[in-house]
Amino acid sequence: MITVTNVSKRFGDFTALDDVSLEVPDGSLTALLGPSGSGKSTLLRIIGGLEFADSGSVVIHGEDVTGVVPQKRGIGFVFQHYAAFKHMTVHDNVGFGLKIRKTPKERIDERVNELLKIVGLGGFAKRYPSQLSGGQRQRMALARALAVEPRVLLLDEPFGALDAKVRAELREWLRRLHEEVHVTTLLVTHDQEEALSIADNIAVMDNAHIEQVGGPRELYDRPANSFVMGFLGPVAQVDDTLVRPHDISLLSRPEGDAREAQVTRVSHLGFEVRVELQLGDGQPVFAQLTRTEAAQLELSAGDIVWLALTGDRDARLVSEDDRLDAVA
Amino acid sequence: MSTRIALRSVALTYLGVLVVVPLAMIFYRTFEDGFVAFFESVTTPAAISAISLSLTIVAIVVPLNVVFGLVTALALARGNFPGKGLLQAVVDLPFAVSPVIVGVALILFWGNDGWLGGAFPVIFSLPGMVLATVFVTLPFVVREVEPVLREIGTEQEEAASTLGASRWQTFWRITLPAIRVGVGYGVVLTVARSLGEFGALTVVAGGVAGESQTLTLLVHARYIDDHNTFGAYSAATVLMGLALVTLVLMTLLERRREA
Ligand SMILES: Nc1ncnc2c1ncn2[C@@H]1O[C@H](COP(=O)(O)OP(=O)(O)OP(=O)(O)O)[C@@H](O)[C@H]1O
Ligand SMILES: [Mg+2]
Repeated sequence: MITVTNVSKRFGDFTALDDVSLEVPDGSLTALLGPSGSGKSTLLRIIGGLEFADSGSVVIHGEDVTGVVPQKRGIGFVFQHYAAFKHMTVHDNVGFGLKIRKTPKERIDERVNELLKIVGLGGFAKRYPSQLSGGQRQRMALARALAVEPRVLLLDEPFGALDAKVRAELREWLRRLHEEVHVTTLLVTHDQEEALSIADNIAVMDNAHIEQVGGPRELYDRPANSFVMGFLGPVAQVDDTLVRPHDISLLSRPEGDAREAQVTRVSHLGFEVRVELQLGDGQPVFAQLTRTEAAQLELSAGDIVWLALTGDRDARLVSEDDRLDAVA
Repeated sequence: MSTRIALRSVALTYLGVLVVVPLAMIFYRTFEDGFVAFFESVTTPAAISAISLSLTIVAIVVPLNVVFGLVTALALARGNFPGKGLLQAVVDLPFAVSPVIVGVALILFWGNDGWLGGAFPVIFSLPGMVLATVFVTLPFVVREVEPVLREIGTEQEEAASTLGASRWQTFWRITLPAIRVGVGYGVVLTVARSLGEFGALTVVAGGVAGESQTLTLLVHARYIDDHNTFGAYSAATVLMGLALVTLVLMTLLERRREA
């Protein structure tokens, strides 16, 4: 378990972390999710000992490591740009931590080969990092971090520099690896899809604060505020109610308290159909329908429809401010 | 097409007239009377002493400036301390100041009538020549290594520290291998400049043959004082030979840097 308590960090007169507290449960894969500049890396680096907090404490597995150097924290750290040791072979990269610990050579070779197999780089031991693809380099970096059997694994946007396809593959792969190795993992990302797809626990950060912590469903279905709601997925606003666009249903005739609206545009995005509408008072709204729903309504621009809110009431929010900056 | 050929001819002529032809002339004059004459001229006691003095100076100056250069480059690239801007400027000072001024300044500081009242026998002896050479070659290693340090960034070093490596281990195993080409380049430039230094040495070195006369001073003395032009050419050829060796090393290093 990693416990961060009341950590603050300033760079000059800029506050990067403001009284942040966080618990990363044992064996979990927790994502630290937030927009650029929200302080995710700073928090991760403070946990890793690469940066030190101005105040507050960091406890890893019951041991207070607040002032402890990274060498003595028992962590594995993976960087966005791999931080591969360019002048060493893949084998030597992965074995570096063990060599520093004066592990016998045969033991290093054994462990390195085992790890390279786990990360799918079995035949690559003699290559240099420059002879690997980005995805392979990052897997090498993961093997290197795992080689020293860290108590916690800290990953700073590990897939951020890779293209979308490789990123999706490696995400899946990391999820499976985590199920095998089960080391407590904290992963920084600004990609909500990545967080939702692999993490079992997510902490949403914004502006030097942690806004909410919870499981993926909990955060999506019960966002604590409009920022979390907007950051985790698309949001539509009907009057002062914030709602997921798939919780809006369109009817062809008035019913209950359904509101009249005019269709301005219909976009077919594969499985989903996105309908842009205008309410009576001119407010624009958009709804997500399935293909079947859209086909039944036979919508086209100019049509008049009636708009009703469906789905879970707790999944809606009353707009309290203008922080809805992440609306898709 | 024809403009390209014209441009090339201009460039080649320029280089030829300014560099290649004059140097080739020395070479020609040196070996005009055969190799034996050359050999005898550069193995006189004064010549041997000059060669060994020049090499001794190089052997002392290079390690000094490598250590100083690495520390300074690390401080400039990684550190954050008051006076960093000043240090940046001071490092370049030897490039801006004429070597003759360096020589005069050294005498002012270390000489008999100087600040230290001649407490240390520096001027007109090896320490003075080393000091002068250290001064004029100070920036090379710093200026070669600092940008490389910035370019490689701190992530590899941070990764090493999370894997348990101490600062010292990180420096030897991660940082130094990553900057070694830059260091090598700085060393080669330092060697070349040390061998060729003349201005500061004319002031601080006694120039006594067989004692405090470097190769450059020997060339000058033979040519100007002794009117021994052949001797001057021979010594100059040795100097060029040494410079050529460093140049070849530099080219090899550069190849590796590109690879
Ligand atoms: N060493 C530093 N000196 C000064 N400011 C810094 C430093 N490190 C981070 N900051 C500032 O602190 C803020 C938070 O930075 P941080 O790197 O933690 O953001 P992040 O959430 O990781 O963003 P990103 O997704 O872009 O990586 C940023 O505004 C950044 O400019
Ligand atoms: Mg970051």
